[in-house]
Amino acid sequence: MKPLLDIQRLSVDFNTKRGVLHALHEVSLTIKAGEAVCLVGESGSGKTIASKAVMRLLGHENGSIVNGRIALSGLDLNSLTQSELRAVRGKRMAMIFQEPMAAFDPVYTIGYQLVETIRRHESMSKSAARKHAASLLGRVGIPEPELCMKQYPGELSGGMLQRAMIAMALSCGPELLIADEPTTALDMTIQAQILRLLKELQKEFGMALFLITHDFGVAARVADRIAVMYAGRIVEQAPAQELFARPRHPYTRGLIESAFMPDRERGEKLPAIPGSIPNLNALPEGCVFHPRCLHATDRCRVSEPPTVSFSGSEVACWHASELPGVSPMPESRPPLSESGGAGGTGWGRMHAASEGEDLFRVEGLYKDYPLRSGLPGRPRAHIRAVDGVSFTIRQGETLGLVGESGSGKSTLGRLLLRLEPATAGTLFFQDTNLTGIGASKLRRMRKDMQMIFQDPYGSLDPRWNVGELVGEPLDVHLRLKGADKKERIEEILAAVGLDPSVMNRYPHEFSGGQRQRIGIARAIALNPKFVVADEAVSALDVSVQAQIVNLLQDLQKKMGLTYLFIGHGLHVVRHISDRIAVMHQGRIVEISPSRQLFRRPAHPYTRALIASIPHPDPQVQAEPDRMDGEPLFSTRTLSGCRFRMRCPLATDRCREERPELRRLDGEQYAACHNPLL
Amino acid sequence: MVRVVIGRIVSSLLVVVSSSVLVFVIMYLLPGDPIDSMVNVAATPPEVIASLRHQLGVDKPLPQQLADYFGKLLRGDLGTSLLTSEPVLPKIAAQLPPTLELAAVSLAIALIVGLALGVLSAIHRNGPIDWIARFVGLLGISMPNFWSGILLLLVFSIRLGWFPAMGSDGWRTLALPSLTLGLIGAGFLVRIVRNSMLEVMSEPYIVMLRAKGLTERAVMYRHALRNALIPAITVIGLLAGDMLAGTVVMETVFARQGIGRMISDAILSKDMPVVQGVILFSAVVYVVINLLVDLSYSWIDPRVRLRHRTADTGGAIR
Amino acid sequence: MRERLNLNIMLGKRELRPYRTGGLRPRSYNVLLIAAAAAIAWFAGCAIAPDWLAPYPPTEMSSDSLMQPPSWAHPFGTDYFGRDVLSLVVYGSRDSLFIGVASILIGGLAGGAIGAISGYIGGLTDAVFMRAVDVLMTIPGVLLALAVASALGPSLFNMVAAVSLGTIPGFARLMRGQTLGIKNRPYIVASRSVGVTRFGIYWKHVLPNSLSPLVVMATLGIGGSILTGSGLSFLGVGVLKEIPDWGELLSQGRSYLTVAWWICTFPGLAIALLVLSVNVIGDWLRDRLDPRRRGEAN
Repeated sequence: MKPLLDIQRLSVDFNTKRGVLHALHEVSLTIKAGEAVCLVGESGSGKTIASKAVMRLLGHENGSIVNGRIALSGLDLNSLTQSELRAVRGKRMAMIFQEPMAAFDPVYTIGYQLVETIRRHESMSKSAARKHAASLLGRVGIPEPELCMKQYPGELSGGMLQRAMIAMALSCGPELLIADEPTTALDMTIQAQILRLLKELQKEFGMALFLITHDFGVAARVADRIAVMYAGRIVEQAPAQELFARPRHPYTRGLIESAFMPDRERGEKLPAIPGSIPNLNALPEGCVFHPRCLHATDRCRVSEPPTVSFSGSEVACWHASELPGVSPMPESRPPLSESGGAGGTGWGRMHAASEGEDLFRVEGLYKDYPLRSGLPGRPRAHIRAVDGVSFTIRQGETLGLVGESGSGKSTLGRLLLRLEPATAGTLFFQDTNLTGIGASKLRRMRKDMQMIFQDPYGSLDPRWNVGELVGEPLDVHLRLKGADKKERIEEILAAVGLDPSVMNRYPHEFSGGQRQRIGIARAIALNPKFVVADEAVSALDVSVQAQIVNLLQDLQKKMGLTYLFIGHGLHVVRHISDRIAVMHQGRIVEISPSRQLFRRPAHPYTRALIASIPHPDPQVQAEPDRMDGEPLFSTRTLSGCRFRMRCPLATDRCREERPELRRLDGEQYAACHNPLL
Repeated sequence: MVRVVIGRIVSSLLVVVSSSVLVFVIMYLLPGDPIDSMVNVAATPPEVIASLRHQLGVDKPLPQQLADYFGKLLRGDLGTSLLTSEPVLPKIAAQLPPTLELAAVSLAIALIVGLALGVLSAIHRNGPIDWIARFVGLLGISMPNFWSGILLLLVFSIRLGWFPAMGSDGWRTLALPSLTLGLIGAGFLVRIVRNSMLEVMSEPYIVMLRAKGLTERAVMYRHALRNALIPAITVIGLLAGDMLAGTVVMETVFARQGIGRMISDAILSKDMPVVQGVILFSAVVYVVINLLVDLSYSWIDPRVRLRHRTADTGGAIR
Repeated sequence: MRERLNLNIMLGKRELRPYRTGGLRPRSYNVLLIAAAAAIAWFAGCAIAPDWLAPYPPTEMSSDSLMQPPSWAHPFGTDYFGRDVLSLVVYGSRDSLFIGVASILIGGLAGGAIGAISGYIGGLTDAVFMRAVDVLMTIPGVLLALAVASALGPSLFNMVAAVSLGTIPGFARLMRGQTLGIKNRPYIVASRSVGVTRFGIYWKHVLPNSLSPLVVMATLGIGGSILTGSGLSFLGVGVLKEIPDWGELLSQGRSYLTVAWWICTFPGLAIALLVLSVNVIGDWLRDRLDPRRRGEAN
């Protein structure tokens, strides 16, 4: 059968001020009608460029197709004129984009933009088009399509906008739907909903799906076939099952391992791909992956491997035949959500930790943010970001804190360090009441409590060099001078795995992972007791995340640190934490030892979160706890349990009475009237 | 929405009042006595000067003078000119039409030329139109308006004799000064519109619109332009104010009647009531322009309307 | 969006904004830039050592060469008193440049300080300062300068004061916006988390990072101030010295427009050329310093 989309030896160049950049190199990929193909790659791999090349959208970005052929059911897209092309775009192939918030024109209503698309390609009256648009919006799960038609993009949440964008893409019944990171900007539970929707629609409309993602978890949920991209090349391509069962390229293996963080003992090192993604203008000779490859030989350093076939998979690696084609995820292991017994050293450690004394004690913490009110003198409306939270953090442990965006987890982290004042409640750090001390005492206390920030690009002053950045905390607290200071900075840099020679370089010269190391260096410079890691790895590429997690664990062992690890990637949090607290709309709904939380979640919300973790084995797609709806943001406080609107188990009692956190079993606490235990 | 508008009007009034207080105080504190410009001080007996001062009220302390001034203002009395003894308000009203004519025509030229060139130059980036637009833009912010006025005068009026060199009646007298002001304004606007268009053209939603198969025309004029106008509106507002200020120079260069001429004469002769009156007038104009800018914002940008709506209800945000 | 950003990162830093390089094409841009720098250097030379560059003393009046059109002896012609226009232009550049630079320095410092305090401290201070700036903005710059200059009387210093007053609001608003934007950047919170004092954070992080747009605005503002200054002279509230500045020269020449076009034309050309050159430099600075064109800021 002839493929629907046929990409042959596609090469794309970008003209930049610094010369020509070879963004894609001889990429070949085919998609059959009705098939779902995922292109997986990290930032800078060229995956988005590949998708834009198919739509021929590169011209406006100074990119050009220098070689190769792209055909849509035999139609050579590369030779079409602009107006012929426009008749194909949006009609026969449609695209949805990464950031739904940015992909709609903010000054027109959703309805206008949908009707505009429909009427561009179909000869339909305005009212017929409106009707069609509304029915599409209803189909993609927007609760009130008629209302949504009249709304502006700014009035909808990211998840709803992504649904609207899908509706727009479907409006003319395309044969091929290209989705560029369609869920990356969304929360976990929403992400799962959108992927499910895409998969359903793909079947219903009988279209092919070309999904671009950095996340193997997403690929596992959707793909029939997966292609892995690295530095502008496809390094491996195989049916999804085959790829997860027998990844042949070392990069694929590394990526899968980093993406799923197989259920290992806490404290055990994660397998990580060393190094970082190469610059396109300085690609290595030979195999582009060899500098990061553990199996690299002289041959790999000299010549680029050709693509060869192995029982259904195509691999570009000199050693593909020699490497064991074994899954990095041993099949003996049960799926994550039902994983393992409670034995092992993990428990031992945890018990030891639970006997440790409390480092942090939080009692009844509240944080309200005022909303800008129209006129002075009127009572101000508030948003309650943290709503009566109490817990303790023990000396030497890692407490994980998970929740969707807007759950208040980052606010809670900042409150603990008193980077923001709490509205009410008390905070004890060892024996000091942090809420009761003055500014200068607090500044001195900061020596013991530090923070690692989410955004490795924004959290370093671009005008300071590494030496100055790492030296800043030393200046503030130790007043070290000259050689002493320099020596100390070098020590710290070495501890986070950076070469001391980088001292005179500026943040923009580093990759994301290296910048995060600089951020960590600042945090540990003063030998703190407690560190808040606020989404410390979320902004990093998958292959780099594992490196940073390993580093954090090393430092914890060496320096006896206590962590509050805030994250939304559940598997990362699970790997690093002794205990995990789950936050939902400003409240902690469950807190329990991390193994136990995954094995037997007590709160329905926790269960739903765990169910939204993708699993590498495409066969394991059981989703018993699909959660519909979106988190609610409102200044009006919902009575009773805030989760009840989305909860399958909600009863009348949940509406009337607010559930308090109570002990269920051993170390496990949950705030639910009908716990699952 | 109503509440927001009322709030705006109240704060606008406050601004107008404080700017006239400011001018009053500046004029009071600065050296120089209005009497100097009325009579020859050396040749006038001191009693006469004293009685004149009393008559004008300038011998009272500042707060008293201020109170008097605002008291009269509330009754619609802006005082009388020290030089001609005419009441100020009718004087302004009489001089207003030629000035408004000039400002309006100049603004129209600036808008048409500036918007068209700015948009075309962004769309045809690095093409010939872009070059012209950038050149116009640079000239617009670099040419002294009095000089370009004189050059136009020299060429079109003195050499070619196409337009009269002076006067303020009829469109022929309007052509040169409005062209001078208009083209300079267009230069300012071109720079803003071009930048703003380029900015919008790199937004993700533009790629999305192209991916939907829309024609380049629809993408540019229906979507990019409307978004690019949002930041440009503020500049258009400022430009409208600048046009009025520009009339001061233009009316001198082209010997026209008008408010601009009137205030520069009044300033030079320290005719305080007239200066006060005109500055009050210009503050009112400024405030009105600002209100219009705000209104057109909420007309063109739904996000502003939404913000107002939430400010009103104080209620749920997304 | 993201992918493009990543391309930036892959390239090491900066650049690769293939579209939206605000400037002209690189090579011709450089030619223009060099020409502008040369012009500014020449005017600066005129301001510093006019007696070296002017062919005649500016006050030398020769009754046998009244209102001569441009010639080899007098490239810009002579005026009604027989003074050499070129020499007058050379001598006049000192005042124009001084007014342009000094009033922007004063206005920029005052406005920048107001904006910085307003933005960093916020609250009531912010409200009061910004309302004051609003009030200042209601009065068109030219009128304000005209009123102040005429009330203060003719002197170079008064002229600077008058011109700088009108530039304050722009600087204040810009600096306030910058400060507000930067004080919420993650790296500011990061410094707070290691215990740096509020003032320390301002001085070491906020200020250095908020300055570059101010520098651009100041550069472009010099041009504007030169225009305002010469405009004031033109309207007759100038410095009034033996040697007229450009605006006054123009104003004088206007009376002889029908018979001697050169008296008006050349001083005006000088103003336009100087301001144009300053603006070219300003545009170039803006393109260089614009954070959106640099990978580091996000």
